[in-house]
Amino acid sequence: MDLKLKIWRQKNASDKGKMVNYDMKNVSPDMSFLEMLDVLNNELIEKGEEPVAFDHDCREGICGMCSLQINGRPHGPDTAITTCQLHMRKFKDGDTIYIEPFRSKAFPVIKDLIVDRSSFDRIQHAGGYISVNTSGNTQDANAIPVNKDDADKAFDAATCIGCGACVAACKNSSAMLFVSAKVSQFALLPQGQIERKTRAENMVAQMDAEGFGACTNTGACAAECPKEISLTNIARLNREFLKSKFG
Amino acid sequence: MSWFSRTFSSSVGRKFAMALSALFLIIFLLQHATINFLSVISADAFNEASHFMGTNPLVQFLMQPILIFAVVFHFIMGFVLEAKNRASRPIKYFKKDTGNATWVSQNMIYSGLVILAFLALHFIDFWIPEMDYKYVQQLPEDPDRYYEELVHKFQSPLRTGVYVISFVLLGLHLWHGFQSSIQSVGINNRFTPGFKKVTEAFAVVIPFVFILIAVFHFFNH
Repeated sequence: MDLKLKIWRQKNASDKGKMVNYDMKNVSPDMSFLEMLDVLNNELIEKGEEPVAFDHDCREGICGMCSLQINGRPHGPDTAITTCQLHMRKFKDGDTIYIEPFRSKAFPVIKDLIVDRSSFDRIQHAGGYISVNTSGNTQDANAIPVNKDDADKAFDAATCIGCGACVAACKNSSAMLFVSAKVSQFALLPQGQIERKTRAENMVAQMDAEGFGACTNTGACAAECPKEISLTNIARLNREFLKSKFG
Repeated sequence: MSWFSRTFSSSVGRKFAMALSALFLIIFLLQHATINFLSVISADAFNEASHFMGTNPLVQFLMQPILIFAVVFHFIMGFVLEAKNRASRPIKYFKKDTGNATWVSQNMIYSGLVILAFLALHFIDFWIPEMDYKYVQQLPEDPDRYYEELVHKFQSPLRTGVYVISFVLLGLHLWHGFQSSIQSVGINNRFTPGFKKVTEAFAVVIPFVFILIAVFHFFNH
């Protein structure tokens, strides 16, 4: 199929950037979206032009590295997948596809479609960890009883790959779904209790310092999350934060 | 930074405060709609309830200042949050698909601005004349004046129309705002889907009652 691509091109972080049009011919519907961009880049290199820079790594939907706002949606026009899992059969011959970087003050563009998501790392550093004694007498985790319901909820939260689709989808570019998943996976388990009181407080403080917006509960984040992280986690984060302040 | 500053300068703390003011205003709306609906049933009952609300010291000097504070706080905090949220995405998307998010949830600031404009009209219509009557001119209390004052305001088709449109926007604001405030105070459990239906019913019924009152008095007199 033939496609018209409108891709955000930006030389570096200080460049203003603009949308550039590209025509793609004979695109196979069986290609992944990233493979289609690989083909475009080969064509650009052959023409002596600068290839389009975009993030990717595992191409299996588990690393959280790929991003892209495709036709206005993070990871494109499908649910519960990452961009690397998106295939060209989701588009029609003659379609125009807008490809933009995830937009947020806290995700500055480095080049073209690559954004700096290290703000997520700094939020993790602020509280997304547990203290475990590793001096040789560590208790076997399997010896600590965990309620099945709590274990399931914690595991669901832990499936967050930190891709930033929640931020990209939210009209406020709020990181609440990401932070709530990271807080929930520990708050629900015995191992996470030691830092429980300070975790939500510190991670929310870092989230605000990074410049993310506030959650207005529109639900756009959960709808676009490739790992289907639930909004119930945001309510839990609110509870954890309020408990740390009023508890 | 003090505990208070750290709590209420954070996005989660501000949303919590916003939600508390919203829940207080939701309770107020229920009470306001109930008393006003008496005007459709009985002029005497409406006068009696209004006289009680207008002269009871607890209502006048405790609840009314709290209500004014909640209204002002809700609007100011709404603007503060909106400004911060807009600043969090300085470069907008060329193409944006709002996905499953409702138009209402994405545009609370606009429904809120219409309600703010309506409140200005509402204060000019009722609250300022009431304050003037009681505290500036200090006229003797007349327990039977309230019904006539209410009915008189709805003689104008323009004012009635503005009220009806404003109540529709109030309904849209409540549609998202009520359920959002529950989430913001940290409640989302197995009862939430059922309670969401209650909040949506509230968002329809309360504005409908206000519209009914305005239209009833417009056509009845």
